[in-house]
Amino acid sequence: MAKIKPRVKVPKKAAAGEIIEIKALISHPMHTGRAKDKKTGKKIPRKIINKFVASFDGQDVFTANFEPAVSANPYIAFPFKASKSGAFTFTWVEDGGAEFTASKKMTVA
Amino acid sequence: MKQTKQFSTISRRHALAMLGAAGTAVFAGVPAYADGAAVAAKIKGLTGGKSVGEGTIELDLPEIAENGNAVKVAFSVDSPMTADNYVKAVHVMADGNPTPDVASFNFTPAMGACSASTRMRLAKTQNIIVLAEMNDGSFKQAQATVKVTIGGCGG
Repeated sequence: MAKIKPRVKVPKKAAAGEIIEIKALISHPMHTGRAKDKKTGKKIPRKIINKFVASFDGQDVFTANFEPAVSANPYIAFPFKASKSGAFTFTWVEDGGAEFTASKKMTVA
Repeated sequence: MKQTKQFSTISRRHALAMLGAAGTAVFAGVPAYADGAAVAAKIKGLTGGKSVGEGTIELDLPEIAENGNAVKVAFSVDSPMTADNYVKAVHVMADGNPTPDVASFNFTPAMGACSASTRMRLAKTQNIIVLAEMNDGSFKQAQATVKVTIGGCGG
Protein backbone atom coordinates (compact mmCIF):
# COMPACT_ATOMS: atom_id res chain seq x y z
CA MET A 1 0.00 0.00 0.00
CA ALA A 2 1.20 3.41 -0.88
CA LYS A 3 2.54 5.46 1.99
CA ILE A 4 -0.06 7.73 3.54
CA LYS A 5 1.37 11.20 3.73
CA PRO A 6 -0.44 14.35 4.83
CA ARG A 7 0.36 17.73 3.30
CA VAL A 8 -0.92 21.04 4.63
CA LYS A 9 -0.54 24.59 3.43
CA VAL A 10 -0.93 27.34 6.03
CA PRO A 11 0.43 30.88 5.66
CA LYS A 12 3.41 31.39 8.01
CA LYS A 13 2.42 34.97 8.79
CA ALA A 14 -0.94 36.68 8.87
CA ALA A 15 -2.32 40.05 9.90
CA ALA A 16 -4.68 40.15 12.88
CA GLY A 17 -8.24 39.77 11.70
CA GLU A 18 -7.23 38.47 8.28
CA ILE A 19 -9.15 35.51 6.90
CA ILE A 20 -6.61 32.99 5.68
CA GLU A 21 -7.17 29.86 3.62
CA ILE A 22 -5.88 26.50 4.78
CA LYS A 23 -5.42 23.69 2.29
CA ALA A 24 -4.96 20.12 3.39
CA LEU A 25 -4.37 16.98 1.35
CA ILE A 26 -3.60 13.41 2.33
CA SER A 27 -2.53 10.68 -0.06
CA HIS A 28 -5.01 7.87 0.48
CA PRO A 29 -6.74 5.49 -1.98
CA MET A 30 -10.20 5.95 -0.34
CA HIS A 31 -11.41 2.42 -1.16
CA THR A 32 -15.19 2.67 -1.42
CA GLY A 33 -15.90 -1.02 -0.88
CA ARG A 34 -17.49 -1.21 -4.34
CA ALA A 35 -14.54 -1.56 -6.69
CA LYS A 36 -13.16 -4.99 -7.55
CA ASP A 37 -9.51 -6.00 -7.66
CA LYS A 38 -8.75 -6.50 -11.36
CA LYS A 39 -6.48 -9.52 -10.72
CA THR A 40 -8.46 -11.55 -8.17
CA GLY A 41 -11.97 -10.34 -9.02
CA LYS A 42 -12.66 -9.89 -5.32
CA LYS A 43 -14.12 -6.74 -3.87
CA ILE A 44 -11.65 -4.40 -2.21
CA PRO A 45 -12.99 -3.77 1.32
CA ARG A 46 -14.00 -0.26 2.26
CA LYS A 47 -11.18 1.81 3.72
CA ILE A 48 -11.51 5.55 3.64
CA ILE A 49 -10.48 8.58 5.65
CA ASN A 50 -13.79 9.24 7.37
CA LYS A 51 -12.92 12.30 9.42
CA PHE A 52 -10.70 15.35 9.28
CA VAL A 53 -10.26 17.65 12.27
CA ALA A 54 -8.44 20.97 12.33
CA SER A 55 -7.63 22.44 15.73
CA PHE A 56 -5.92 25.66 16.74
CA ASP A 57 -4.09 25.76 20.10
CA GLY A 58 -5.91 22.63 21.20
CA GLN A 59 -9.40 23.81 20.27
CA ASP A 60 -11.27 22.19 17.40
CA VAL A 61 -12.20 24.79 14.80
CA PHE A 62 -13.29 22.74 11.80
CA THR A 63 -14.38 19.14 11.24
CA ALA A 64 -15.17 17.35 8.00
CA ASN A 65 -16.84 13.94 7.75
CA PHE A 66 -16.05 12.13 4.53
CA GLU A 67 -18.18 9.45 2.87
CA PRO A 68 -16.98 7.03 0.17
CA ALA A 69 -18.09 9.60 -2.44
CA VAL A 70 -15.04 11.74 -1.63
CA SER A 71 -12.26 11.32 -4.18
CA ALA A 72 -9.01 9.45 -3.59
CA ASN A 73 -6.36 11.66 -1.97
CA PRO A 74 -8.99 13.75 -0.19
CA TYR A 75 -8.39 17.46 -0.46
CA ILE A 76 -10.00 20.07 1.72
CA ALA A 77 -9.70 23.84 1.77
CA PHE A 78 -11.32 26.05 4.40
CA PRO A 79 -11.01 29.56 5.85
CA PHE A 80 -9.73 30.62 9.26
CA LYS A 81 -9.73 34.03 10.92
CA ALA A 82 -6.26 34.84 12.27
CA SER A 83 -6.45 36.52 15.66
CA LYS A 84 -3.32 35.37 17.52
CA SER A 85 -0.16 33.38 16.94
CA GLY A 86 -0.44 29.67 17.56
CA ALA A 87 -0.18 26.17 16.22
CA PHE A 88 -2.61 24.19 14.10
CA THR A 89 -2.97 20.45 14.45
CA PHE A 90 -4.62 18.49 11.66
CA THR A 91 -5.86 14.96 12.22
CA TRP A 92 -7.15 12.48 9.66
CA VAL A 93 -8.98 9.39 10.92
CA GLU A 94 -9.06 6.24 8.81
CA ASP A 95 -11.70 3.47 8.98
CA GLY A 96 -10.49 1.21 11.79
CA GLY A 97 -9.26 4.11 13.88
CA ALA A 98 -5.77 4.76 12.53
CA GLU A 99 -4.86 8.45 12.80
CA PHE A 100 -2.50 10.63 10.79
CA THR A 101 -1.49 14.06 12.00
CA ALA A 102 0.33 17.15 10.81
CA SER A 103 0.95 20.46 12.54
CA LYS A 104 1.83 23.98 11.41
CA LYS A 105 2.67 27.19 13.23
CA MET A 106 1.32 30.57 12.31
CA THR A 107 2.55 33.98 13.47
CA VAL A 108 0.10 36.85 13.69
CA ALA A 109 1.65 40.28 13.46
CA MET B 1 -17.84 31.60 -7.42
CA LYS B 2 -20.48 31.06 -10.07
CA GLN B 3 -20.92 27.95 -12.15
CA THR B 4 -17.69 27.78 -14.08
CA LYS B 5 -18.32 27.66 -17.80
CA GLN B 6 -15.15 26.30 -19.28
CA PHE B 7 -16.68 24.63 -22.29
CA SER B 8 -18.34 27.48 -24.03
CA THR B 9 -17.98 26.46 -27.65
CA ILE B 10 -21.22 24.97 -28.91
CA SER B 11 -19.80 22.08 -30.88
CA ARG B 12 -17.78 20.82 -27.94
CA ARG B 13 -20.69 21.16 -25.56
CA HIS B 14 -22.96 19.23 -27.88
CA ALA B 15 -20.37 16.53 -28.30
CA LEU B 16 -19.96 16.19 -24.51
CA ALA B 17 -23.71 16.29 -23.93
CA MET B 18 -24.10 13.37 -26.34
CA LEU B 19 -21.37 11.47 -24.54
CA GLY B 20 -23.17 12.18 -21.29
CA ALA B 21 -26.42 10.82 -22.67
CA ALA B 22 -24.65 7.65 -23.79
CA GLY B 23 -23.14 7.25 -20.33
CA THR B 24 -26.54 7.59 -18.68
CA ALA B 25 -27.97 4.95 -20.98
CA VAL B 26 -25.28 2.48 -19.86
CA PHE B 27 -26.02 3.20 -16.21
CA ALA B 28 -29.77 2.93 -16.70
CA GLY B 29 -29.55 -0.87 -16.35
CA VAL B 30 -27.70 -0.71 -13.02
CA PRO B 31 -30.03 -0.68 -10.00
CA ALA B 32 -29.34 0.43 -6.43
CA TYR B 33 -28.36 4.00 -7.06
CA ALA B 34 -29.61 6.65 -4.70
CA ASP B 35 -32.28 8.88 -6.19
CA GLY B 36 -34.13 12.06 -5.38
CA ALA B 37 -36.25 10.20 -2.84
CA ALA B 38 -33.21 9.00 -0.88
CA VAL B 39 -31.86 12.54 -0.76
CA ALA B 40 -35.25 13.93 0.26
CA ALA B 41 -35.43 11.35 3.06
CA LYS B 42 -31.92 12.25 4.14
CA ILE B 43 -32.74 15.96 4.22
CA LYS B 44 -35.90 15.25 6.20
CA GLY B 45 -33.82 13.28 8.70
CA LEU B 46 -31.38 16.14 9.10
CA THR B 47 -33.93 18.94 9.34
CA GLY B 48 -36.53 17.01 11.31
CA GLY B 49 -39.15 18.00 8.73
CA LYS B 50 -38.56 21.75 9.04
CA SER B 51 -38.98 23.92 5.98
CA VAL B 52 -35.77 24.71 4.13
CA GLY B 53 -35.03 28.18 2.78
CA GLU B 54 -33.28 28.98 -0.47
CA GLY B 55 -30.41 31.34 -1.15
CA THR B 56 -27.31 32.66 0.62
CA ILE B 57 -25.33 29.63 -0.56
CA GLU B 58 -23.05 29.96 -3.54
CA LEU B 59 -21.95 26.77 -5.25
CA ASP B 60 -18.89 26.36 -7.39
CA LEU B 61 -19.33 23.23 -9.47
CA PRO B 62 -18.32 22.42 -13.01
CA GLU B 63 -21.22 22.29 -15.47
CA ILE B 64 -19.62 19.30 -17.15
CA ALA B 65 -17.21 16.93 -15.44
CA GLU B 66 -15.15 14.86 -17.83
CA ASN B 67 -13.92 12.56 -15.09
CA GLY B 68 -16.34 11.55 -12.36
CA ASN B 69 -13.49 10.38 -10.13
CA ALA B 70 -12.56 13.87 -8.99
CA VAL B 71 -15.13 16.62 -9.34
CA LYS B 72 -14.41 19.85 -7.55
CA VAL B 73 -17.14 20.95 -5.17
CA ALA B 74 -16.86 24.28 -3.38
CA PHE B 75 -19.44 26.35 -1.59
CA SER B 76 -19.66 29.50 0.46
CA VAL B 77 -22.48 30.49 2.75
CA ASP B 78 -23.15 34.15 3.39
CA SER B 79 -22.91 34.47 7.17
CA PRO B 80 -21.26 36.90 9.59
CA MET B 81 -19.87 33.90 11.54
CA THR B 82 -20.15 35.58 14.94
CA ALA B 83 -20.84 33.76 18.20
CA ASP B 84 -24.61 34.41 17.89
CA ASN B 85 -25.01 34.04 14.15
CA TYR B 86 -23.02 31.37 12.39
CA VAL B 87 -23.33 28.31 10.19
CA LYS B 88 -23.11 25.15 12.27
CA ALA B 89 -22.86 22.51 9.60
CA VAL B 90 -23.02 22.00 5.85
CA HIS B 91 -23.99 18.70 4.24
CA VAL B 92 -23.16 17.87 0.63
CA MET B 93 -25.32 15.24 -1.07
CA ALA B 94 -25.56 13.75 -4.54
CA ASP B 95 -28.75 12.13 -5.86
CA GLY B 96 -27.23 9.75 -8.42
CA ASN B 97 -24.50 8.01 -6.44
CA PRO B 98 -24.85 4.59 -4.75
CA THR B 99 -25.28 6.45 -1.45
CA PRO B 100 -26.51 10.05 -1.21
CA ASP B 101 -23.90 11.31 1.26
CA VAL B 102 -20.75 12.99 -0.01
CA ALA B 103 -19.39 14.84 2.99
CA SER B 104 -20.45 17.04 5.87
CA PHE B 105 -18.59 19.89 7.49
CA ASN B 106 -18.85 21.39 10.96
CA PHE B 107 -18.01 25.07 11.23
CA THR B 108 -17.19 27.26 14.22
CA PRO B 109 -17.27 31.08 14.60
CA ALA B 110 -13.43 31.00 14.92
CA MET B 111 -13.23 30.48 11.16
CA GLY B 112 -14.50 33.95 10.31
CA ALA B 113 -16.14 32.80 7.07
CA CYS B 114 -18.14 29.80 5.92
CA SER B 115 -16.75 28.12 2.86
CA ALA B 116 -14.98 24.90 1.95
CA SER B 117 -13.74 23.08 -1.09
CA THR B 118 -13.08 19.40 -1.75
CA ARG B 119 -13.24 16.81 -4.54
CA MET B 120 -15.87 14.13 -4.93
CA ARG B 121 -16.74 11.08 -7.00
CA LEU B 122 -19.82 11.12 -9.19
CA ALA B 123 -21.20 7.97 -10.78
CA LYS B 124 -23.25 9.73 -13.45
CA THR B 125 -24.93 12.99 -14.35
CA GLN B 126 -26.82 14.12 -11.26
CA ASN B 127 -27.83 16.91 -8.90
CA ILE B 128 -25.62 18.08 -6.07
CA ILE B 129 -27.53 19.34 -3.06
CA VAL B 130 -25.91 21.47 -0.37
CA LEU B 131 -27.78 21.89 2.92
CA ALA B 132 -26.55 24.43 5.48
CA GLU B 133 -27.63 24.33 9.12
CA MET B 134 -27.54 27.64 11.00
CA ASN B 135 -26.90 27.92 14.73
CA ASP B 136 -30.52 29.06 15.30
CA GLY B 137 -31.81 25.78 13.87
CA SER B 138 -32.89 27.06 10.46
CA PHE B 139 -31.78 25.48 7.17
CA LYS B 140 -30.77 26.72 3.74
CA GLN B 141 -30.38 24.71 0.58
CA ALA B 142 -28.90 25.08 -2.87
CA GLN B 143 -28.51 22.65 -5.73
CA ALA B 144 -26.88 22.33 -9.13
CA THR B 145 -26.63 19.70 -11.83
CA VAL B 146 -23.29 18.31 -12.95
CA LYS B 147 -23.04 16.44 -16.24
CA VAL B 148 -20.63 13.53 -15.93
CA THR B 149 -19.10 11.97 -19.02
CA ILE B 150 -17.17 9.13 -17.33
CA GLY B 151 -18.50 7.81 -14.02
CA GLY B 152 -16.28 7.53 -10.99
CA CYS B 153 -17.32 4.51 -8.97
CA GLY B 154 -14.80 1.92 -10.12
CA GLY B 155 -15.86 -1.65 -11.05
